[in-house]
Amino acid sequence: MQIQLTVNGQQHSVDAEPGTPLLWILRDQLDLTGTKFGCGVASCGACTVHLNGTPVRSCSTPIESVAGGEIVTIEGVNDAVAAAVQAAWRERDVVQCGYCQSGQIMSAIGLLRQNQAPSDEDIDGFMSGNACRCATYVRIKDAIKLAAQKLEA
Amino acid sequence: MNMEISRRQFLQATASGAAALVIGLNIRGALAAGSEATVFNPFVRIDNEGVVTVIVKHFEMGQGTTTGLTTLVAEELDADWDGIRTEFAPSDNEKYKNLLFGAQGTGGSTAIANSFMQYRQAGAAARDLLVRAAARQWGIDPARISVDGGVISAGERKAGFGEFVQLASSLEPNPEPALKPASEFKLIGKRRLPRKDSRAKTDGTATFAMDVKLPGMVYAVILRSPRFGGALNSFEASGAKQVPDFIGAQTLPNRAGVAVFGKHTWTAFKAREAIRAEWDFSQAEMRSSEALFKAHQELAATPQFQARKALSTEQAQALLSDTERTIEAEFSFPFLAHAPMEPLCCVIEPTDRGVTLHDGCQFPAIAHGAVAQVLGLKPEQVEINTLYAGGSFGRRATPTADYQVEAAMAFALLGKRIPVKLVWSREDDIRGGYYRPMAVHRARIGLDQAGKIQVWDHRIAGKSIMKGTSFEEVSVHDGVDHTLVEGVADTLYQLPNLAVGVADFHSPVPVLWWRSVGHTHTAFTMESLLDMIAHETNQDPVAMRLSLLDPSDNRQRRLAGVIQAVRDRSGWQAGQRRGFACHFSFNTYVAAVADVTVEDDRVHVDKLYLAVDCGVAVNPDVISAQMEGGAGFALGAILRNEVTLKEGVVVQSNFPDYAPLRMADMPRIEVSIVPSGEAPSGVGEPAVPPTGPAVTNAIFAVTGRRITQLPITRSGFKLV
Repeated sequence: MQIQLTVNGQQHSVDAEPGTPLLWILRDQLDLTGTKFGCGVASCGACTVHLNGTPVRSCSTPIESVAGGEIVTIEGVNDAVAAAVQAAWRERDVVQCGYCQSGQIMSAIGLLRQNQAPSDEDIDGFMSGNACRCATYVRIKDAIKLAAQKLEA
Repeated sequence: MNMEISRRQFLQATASGAAALVIGLNIRGALAAGSEATVFNPFVRIDNEGVVTVIVKHFEMGQGTTTGLTTLVAEELDADWDGIRTEFAPSDNEKYKNLLFGAQGTGGSTAIANSFMQYRQAGAAARDLLVRAAARQWGIDPARISVDGGVISAGERKAGFGEFVQLASSLEPNPEPALKPASEFKLIGKRRLPRKDSRAKTDGTATFAMDVKLPGMVYAVILRSPRFGGALNSFEASGAKQVPDFIGAQTLPNRAGVAVFGKHTWTAFKAREAIRAEWDFSQAEMRSSEALFKAHQELAATPQFQARKALSTEQAQALLSDTERTIEAEFSFPFLAHAPMEPLCCVIEPTDRGVTLHDGCQFPAIAHGAVAQVLGLKPEQVEINTLYAGGSFGRRATPTADYQVEAAMAFALLGKRIPVKLVWSREDDIRGGYYRPMAVHRARIGLDQAGKIQVWDHRIAGKSIMKGTSFEEVSVHDGVDHTLVEGVADTLYQLPNLAVGVADFHSPVPVLWWRSVGHTHTAFTMESLLDMIAHETNQDPVAMRLSLLDPSDNRQRRLAGVIQAVRDRSGWQAGQRRGFACHFSFNTYVAAVADVTVEDDRVHVDKLYLAVDCGVAVNPDVISAQMEGGAGFALGAILRNEVTLKEGVVVQSNFPDYAPLRMADMPRIEVSIVPSGEAPSGVGEPAVPPTGPAVTNAIFAVTGRRITQLPITRSGFKLV
């Protein structure tokens, strides 16, 4: 079936079977490989993208459910919150292997859009679906707080 | 392993590069004269714009090697940090071998240790050429020239590297360029030097093997035996034919499974679900975990091999019968999966000469030969394009090149003309074997009346990682696989009458090094036992360990150094309800103090203090990151990870039931780096071994309950 969707501001018409996860359309058809495959069951968050401004796990989002929706991936995210988060990630040198970090960043942006001054508990809760096997959590938490400070300034 | 890298070895390693410079060959073998970039040596290329590229011979799985090796070159070259670029080395065992392995590969926390002199000398040699070229061009004495931040200057005259690249490439390189004394380091040891891979990994542009897409590429997944050691009898794919864009399915030539091909990753996964296969389990592992543990326990009762010549298990038993008091314990450890965030994958692309393997390749020396062999190619027909690896923890390096061989077989099945991408799912990964070996330790320790250790009878049972592989010759001696006993048989503690008996467990379940290898279970056992002895004899665990170390021995002195550092930093005092552990591994010393909260059976790790001595601290921030990450990796494992078998079939399948450590589980961590002028040693692995026992010793201090079975859930605790 043909499905219309908007990704990073661009309209696309993709041909896909119903039930195909958005993740694989982004990666294999639209060549947006910044969004990662980690588990396929919405358990690690590496595939996190924004659907109409909210973080979702693209590996478990059927393509037909996003028809007409606005999708933003790590390649296209570019508002002030995103800039602050990415700058904070670099200042704190959060990354190690880096494979989960697109998803971590997309979730962190989602958190800071709804909560400008998250507490440790807020961060623990909101980020609980994003796994990092390198265990960069200490720095992710620091970077989210730093990004919040940057946005407040 | 010999950690000294001599000047002579350096010259051997760089001789081909020096020749390349003299005859003006660039990295691809084309004439460099008039071309855009000049190869100064195998590790440094500088273009006419002055852009420096460091050729990184170790792969990057997150441990910071691109940053580390670049620091070494930039330090001696006096290059501009922000402008310097990195590139992964091609597969070339001569030029890019790990000087400690004698073959190209990354592992054992060796990247900085074996590159420290080599990459500094490469940077110094390039700098020397540029300075001499500038002196000649400006008609002045080289001694008047200084270099700083990528700018060459003499008095008022200033120019970038690019100005002199062409002339420099015509000069004879100095085989023994002078290196900076440590007092002149500007980058080595600098607290904050931004990682080279930070930008690409925060904007989605970093390329992993999973991201490679080539024109006409086909996606392959493998339907593997549900039991280790099973072989394919037959399969039926009519269901898969209903899946759109399914291409076909074929039996792997080694009968290890069915290769399923699709036009997209998702198609291949869906088609695989629809295939029915019949397996021959006559050679397969059919037991459940309980039976496997029991077999280990029986083996530990009757060791086959002795890891220490001075005293045998029998002799230790005889001595034990004369001691006043004994402490006895058994520890058991489950299989563990590595579960790197990026599931295993690689791409094989046909080229004019043969093939290119696109891979987050940890051991090019092994993968290169294995792919050539499967495809019937000569080694020179295989190239490897090394990409960022989404974690490894050891998994991407196997003695069998397991997943690269699968990809090569799949590529061959399609006629060797179409690019093939092999993709593992998370389920494939968790159920795919190559686990940290299951292990059982038993120890009986004899004490005198004063509580002093008199004799230590230690037995270890586990499957050997190295036997039957190309690593057997270097790692197995007198029947003992060193990776099963490291951390016990070579303990730095002064333990009188220590005997270490070993028994090999046999099973078709494939096992592998897992971040810190044998130390994953040996450190836990040793540090738990020492804690038990301290408790039984009313000694402070920290003071007791210090009393077992002789400061006149340099290694024991350094272990004592990190013990004292973490004691002081954490404010450790005798009688507090906290946990302590320390360990020496990969030539690095780490000590840990853990603070935990336990309510009923629910454990939370609140804070970890870690002190590390890894010799010269090249990148302190990367070292801290590896301490934090290593500790987190260990915590996830000891707190709740295990791979179990039920009648041979792996019970767990994905992150819901092989649950990774998550944000709320992560303690606060303070890292102290003990200043040292010794040769740099590894940091990727050494934080793992002491973290687990520090935490379980803390649980004991709080609850009085000793954890001897991992994960802690087997000992009746839960993580919150």
